[in-house]
Amino acid sequence: MKFSENWLREWVNPNISSDDLVAQITMAGLEVDEVLPAAAAFSGVVVGEIMSAEPHPNADKLQVCQVSDGTERFQVVCGAPNARPGIKIPFAKIGAVLGADFKIKKAKLRQVESFGMLCSASELGVNDDNDGIMELPASAVTGQDFRAFLGLDDQIIDVDLTPNRSDCLSVAGLAREVGVLNKIDLTPVEIAPAAVAIDDTFPVRVDVTGACPRYLGRVIRGVDVSVPTPLWMVEKLRRSGIRSIDPIVDITNYVMLELGQPMHAFDLANLSGSIVVRMANKDEKIVLLDGQEVVLRDDTMVIADEKAPLAIAGVMGGEGSGVNAETKDIFLESAFFAPLALAGKARSYGLHTDSSHRFERGVDATLQEKAVERATALVLQIAGGQVGPVVHAVNEASLPKAATVVLRRKKLDQYLAMSIEKALVTDILTRLGLEMIDVTDEAWTTKVPSHRFDIAIEADLIEEIARIYGYDNLPSSMPQAAVNFTPLSESKTQIQVLRSVLVSQGYQEAVTYSFIDPVLSKQFLPNIEPVPLANPISADMGVMRPSLVPGLVKAYLYNQNRQQSRVRLFETGRRFIGSVDALEELDQQLQIAGLLAGPRDGEAWYHNGEKVDFYDLKAHVETIFALNGGTKPTYERSACEFLHPGRSADIFVDGCFVGLMGELHPQLAKSLGANQPLYVFDIALEAVLNARLPEYKAISKFPEVRRDLALLVDHSVPVSDLEKVIRSSAGDAFKNVLVFDVYQGQGIDETKKSVALGLTWQHPSHTLSDEEVNNSVEKVVAALSEELSAVVRG
Amino acid sequence: MENLKQILADALSAVAASESESALDDVRVHYLGKKGALTALLKQLGHVSAEDRPKFGQMVNEAKSQVQEKITERKSSLAKAALDAKLATETIDISLSGKGQEVGGLHPVTRTMERIETFFRGIGFDVAAGPEIEDDYHNFEALNIPAHHPARAMQDTFYFNPTTVLRTHTSPVQVRTMENTQPPIRIICPGRVYRCDSDQTHTPMFHQVEGLLIDENISFADLKGILQQFLNVFFEDDLKVRFRPSYFPFTEPSIEVDIMRTNSKGEESWLEVLGCGMVHPKVLEMSGIDSEKYTGFAFGMGVERFAMLRYKVDDLRMFFENDLRFLKQFK
Repeated sequence: MKFSENWLREWVNPNISSDDLVAQITMAGLEVDEVLPAAAAFSGVVVGEIMSAEPHPNADKLQVCQVSDGTERFQVVCGAPNARPGIKIPFAKIGAVLGADFKIKKAKLRQVESFGMLCSASELGVNDDNDGIMELPASAVTGQDFRAFLGLDDQIIDVDLTPNRSDCLSVAGLAREVGVLNKIDLTPVEIAPAAVAIDDTFPVRVDVTGACPRYLGRVIRGVDVSVPTPLWMVEKLRRSGIRSIDPIVDITNYVMLELGQPMHAFDLANLSGSIVVRMANKDEKIVLLDGQEVVLRDDTMVIADEKAPLAIAGVMGGEGSGVNAETKDIFLESAFFAPLALAGKARSYGLHTDSSHRFERGVDATLQEKAVERATALVLQIAGGQVGPVVHAVNEASLPKAATVVLRRKKLDQYLAMSIEKALVTDILTRLGLEMIDVTDEAWTTKVPSHRFDIAIEADLIEEIARIYGYDNLPSSMPQAAVNFTPLSESKTQIQVLRSVLVSQGYQEAVTYSFIDPVLSKQFLPNIEPVPLANPISADMGVMRPSLVPGLVKAYLYNQNRQQSRVRLFETGRRFIGSVDALEELDQQLQIAGLLAGPRDGEAWYHNGEKVDFYDLKAHVETIFALNGGTKPTYERSACEFLHPGRSADIFVDGCFVGLMGELHPQLAKSLGANQPLYVFDIALEAVLNARLPEYKAISKFPEVRRDLALLVDHSVPVSDLEKVIRSSAGDAFKNVLVFDVYQGQGIDETKKSVALGLTWQHPSHTLSDEEVNNSVEKVVAALSEELSAVVRG
Repeated sequence: MENLKQILADALSAVAASESESALDDVRVHYLGKKGALTALLKQLGHVSAEDRPKFGQMVNEAKSQVQEKITERKSSLAKAALDAKLATETIDISLSGKGQEVGGLHPVTRTMERIETFFRGIGFDVAAGPEIEDDYHNFEALNIPAHHPARAMQDTFYFNPTTVLRTHTSPVQVRTMENTQPPIRIICPGRVYRCDSDQTHTPMFHQVEGLLIDENISFADLKGILQQFLNVFFEDDLKVRFRPSYFPFTEPSIEVDIMRTNSKGEESWLEVLGCGMVHPKVLEMSGIDSEKYTGFAFGMGVERFAMLRYKVDDLRMFFENDLRFLKQFK
């Protein structure tokens, strides 16, 4: 809420500077967002009066005016079309300074001398009205300093109120708070019931007494809406960010800002029968003040007459029923709507108004009559008219009840870790408007004032004490609590270790959005229906990612477009598969995914820029699995749609599918614009982090024996099959097998490949004899021949 | 005798003059070989008087070993010179880069999150995680934010349907922990959170670390103490910190924490870095914790904000563009 500091100081005027005031209310929980001067910095401007205006002899659009400053006359050349004799205007005299360095000097305009300048509102930074010079009321005293005249040495304080503090959405409320903080009393505006001159009333019927427990209305006849709103009011409204419309609307806005009660004025001539406060009928229509037509739902409360809805209750009035230039008689509305009845309603129609903002958060339910009387007094003062009696429609039972809240000394001291003296606590609570029902050494029993919707429990009172006492004045300590440490698991690899292993392989960690383009999702995983957001930020962030790969590929493309060809990225995060209709079953598994592309090493003197291939990727995948020291994963050819069918693998741990890796399908890569092969992996994080507690086994003292085998096998036989057969046939002392060469090409049948393997044996308790080893080799060769038709090369 | 001296002198100068191993061999044969000059002197031992014989023998032997010693010495110095010469030819440019991997780096958000975690783990907090697609109950209701509460408008929420949301904070993890554990509870919940907002200073996804401590007799003072310590530790500085009243539906009292920053012109200003407060009794009760017996505090911070302050990043959106030129700066 924006408000004028001077306005606040009319209500409560602590002897502190503006800066201190701003700091004080910020530290009381009313955070000041911004402080702006009420007008631009200028000096030397006075209220002037145009005595005469003659056409300029040498220019069509200029006039030569004689301007009085109350004592002297000055000739001023002016270009504003509204410059005319008899009006009062801001007059910048010779020597006046506008803006930072615009000094008014004697000037000659088309051979006519000019001694000063007549100013527009925008030139003075009062508002952005640049439509001619600013016209001041006739009552302005010619010669008075313009800043003093408008009270411009003021600041606009914009306070960002939290939703619980609706009581501060008015100057009165803010003043109450400042009064508490400075322990001084307020000087509230005096409000007395208006003298009732006529008997006229307009009937009010409230059908929804729960949602509208209090509705007050008053007829005022014979108002003159053609009079201008007084400048002091226009200025106060402006400083609160509200534009002047007409005197009646301005008054309702003014009372809302001053007291916190949103009000509405209807043109009595446009009301038919009676006011009815009811729920809207489904699909009923209303054209609002801002011109838009709204189709109402039946959960929405409206103010209607016998014919049609006139306003969305507490939100916005309708176009046809409000005050207009022809209005003579008005019906003033001042109501209390229950916050819950209005909660979320404005928002559901895409609306947010000063009124809905206040009603949703809570308006003091005892304020309505005061507001009607205040508005009536202002109407009489400004627009005249004859006042009818106030009509009350009240349902006492539905009005908020004053809560009784007990604050215990024990709890207060425990929460704050200190003891604030009793008298001070009582004083703070009393100044905040809480009524002391009973005060003992052990407790304060209090009644909450009607403007404090947020106080309901003991903790709320503790907060009030703490807030007013000052959070920064409360003690600080480290908690003295018994700490139970969780066992340090070694059957889980720390994710930090996993990340640093990838980092040492040259990977940069990426963070991509969890929502992706549904089109991209389908391109990668045509058979998975991704989880859609109901209100995405944009269409290309419309669904939750079913895999981390599309996001990484997009990140790759972003970098490719910025001349980065060697890319290694990884990411950890959740993927989402399933349906929100079965939230418990929805798969939100944490994944670790990576992308690898471009040269194996950065461009350097020692290599020719050889590019990475599947086996680089596999090495990295093997490395992250090797961290856990446990079960090695197995790999099977993958059928994943977004991977190259011949260069991809599904990864299994203990027979369970845990992830996949491979080259991105070349067609997909091409259609996305990748200019080189991309290699990706996407694995369940859990599977990678599952670790094994290492357990020592005795090291054999006897030598290892190695025999090499060169085999010729069918091209399609995977090396892992050879290894499997070897392991199962090489006997108990078999230790390991490694592949040290794979060859296809010249000198070999083109359906075959040559695989060179190194086999090692080692016995735990004796040195293996040649015979033993030869025996094993023979068995291996026989098994390979039998099971895989492998032939030992000569 | 004179002869011996002369032969020894000749031998030593011959050793010194040898420029190769073979030349040294020749010198050895010439003086120490079976027919060598010094060996020959020993053969003349019979001609020496019995009285002088031992002395003469000793002198010849000493001369022999002196020559042998010099030969060995010369040999090794020649070998060393040869090796030095050979190694000199093998000289390479040590200014060239090494072969192999360029190391990668962690994302600045992760880096920041790990620093935050390190502090809180150190004082006995566990790290907890939970789902990101959440039900309305855990994201709002259990945190004292009923439907249509104005606080819901404080957080622009992504919805899947009216009762399923993308979590707007990591607080649902705290709720789930409270539902399953009795105090003492000390956890932090780092993770991704989502708000339906995107502009210069907002991204629809960002990261939070929230924390929760519930025990008997936990006070506002404990909250102040821990957070002041944390900020000093994180920023490696004795920061000026202020605790300012605020409002969150799930805490009472609620607090925002500001730190004093100084800009390049030396102007000071407060910057909000943390939201926190004493856990609202209703929140405790809803998750089955006795609010008469236990009190606690909760806090939450935006990881990106900490990363921006720490690493002087001035554009939030950089964190999610994954530009390698940006990412590579954080190692």
